[in-house]
Amino acid sequence: MIVSLGLLLLCQLVGEAVARATDLPVPGPVLGMALMLSLLLARDRLERVTPVELHDGTLERTSNALLANLSLLFVPAGVGVVQRLDLMATHGVALLVALGVSTVLALLATVATFRLIARWSGDA
Amino acid sequence: MMTENFALWVYLSRTPLLWLTVTICAYVLADRVSIRLGRHPFANPVLHAVWMIGLVLAATGTPYRVYFEGAQFVHFMLGPATVALAIPLYAHRKTVARAILPMAGALLVGAVVALVSAVAIAQALGVPHDVLVSLAPKSVTAGVAMGVSERFGGDPTLTAVLVMTTGVIGAIVVTPLMRLTGITDMRARGYAAGLSAHGIGTARAFQVDLLAGTFAGIGMGLNAMLTPILVPVLLPMILR
Repeated sequence: MIVSLGLLLLCQLVGEAVARATDLPVPGPVLGMALMLSLLLARDRLERVTPVELHDGTLERTSNALLANLSLLFVPAGVGVVQRLDLMATHGVALLVALGVSTVLALLATVATFRLIARWSGDA
Repeated sequence: MMTENFALWVYLSRTPLLWLTVTICAYVLADRVSIRLGRHPFANPVLHAVWMIGLVLAATGTPYRVYFEGAQFVHFMLGPATVALAIPLYAHRKTVARAILPMAGALLVGAVVALVSAVAIAQALGVPHDVLVSLAPKSVTAGVAMGVSERFGGDPTLTAVLVMTTGVIGAIVVTPLMRLTGITDMRARGYAAGLSAHGIGTARAFQVDLLAGTFAGIGMGLNAMLTPILVPVLLPMILR
C-alpha cells in the first residue's frame, strides 16, 4: 500500500513540477494522472524493473479505496462556505439559481452531444 | 472541573487531531445515512457533512482557518486521488478509446454551456462583476478553478465555495435528470457528471456505476484543461 501511495504522490509531484516549469494551463494532478496512465500502459513491458505492487493488484486496491471515498476529500473545502455567508446572504438566491440552471444545462448539453456523436459515428 | 475542561479544549483546539477527527466522523455519519437511504441523491454525503461541521464550528466559535489546519490532511489527498483516476481509466482503456469522438464533441459543447450559462444568468440577476469572474470556472475542479479565478481578477475563496456548490447541485440532480431524459448510456451520463460537476459529480458517478465513474473522471480531467483556456476568450464576450 505504501509503495502504491508513494507512486501516486510521485506522479503528482512530477505533474506539478512539469505544470509549473512549462506554465501549462493544465493542473499538476491531471498531468500526474496522464503519467500514471502511461506507467500502467508501459508496465507489462517493464515487468522486471517495476515494483511488484504494480503487478499484483496492490495499486488497484489502493486507488480504488481512495476513489471509493472521493466525496470525503471535498468536505474541508466545502466547509469553506462558512467564510462567505455574507455574500450568500446578499446574492445567495441569484447565485443558486445561476448555478442550478447552468449545471442542468451543462449536464443536458454534454450528455446529448455525447449521444448524438456516438450514434452518428456508429457506436450504439 | 471547569478549568480542566478548558485546558482540554485549549489543547484540542491547537492540534490538527480534533478537526481531522470531526471531519472524518461527520463524513462517516453522512455516508452511512446515504448508504441506508440507497444512495438517494439528496442524501449527498458532502452536503450533509459540510453543514454538520459548519454547525460545530459555529457552536464552538472556531474560525475556518483553524478548522482547515486539521482538515487539510484530508484536503491534501485530492491530488493523489486525481492521479488515482488513471487506474479505472486504464482498466476501461478500450471502451474509452472507442468513445474519443463523442468525448471530444461533448467536452467542447459542455464546457462552453457550463461557463456561458452560469455567467449570463447571474449577470441578468444583478450579480456584481467581480463575483461573475469568480463564477466563470465553477464547473472545474477546485484547485484549477481557484487559479483561473485569481488570474482574471476573481476571488479564489469565493470560487471555491461556488465550485463546491456546483458539485453538490450536480451530484444531486444528475441521476433524476438522466432518468428523465431516458439516456441509459453510462459512459455519457458519467462523462456529463464529471464535466459539469467535477470531483463531486465524479464521486456521485462512482456511487452509481464503475464505468460512469471512469468516464466522469475523464470528463473532469479534460474540462480542467479546457476551461482555463475558455475563460479569457468567452468572459469578455459575455460581460457587459
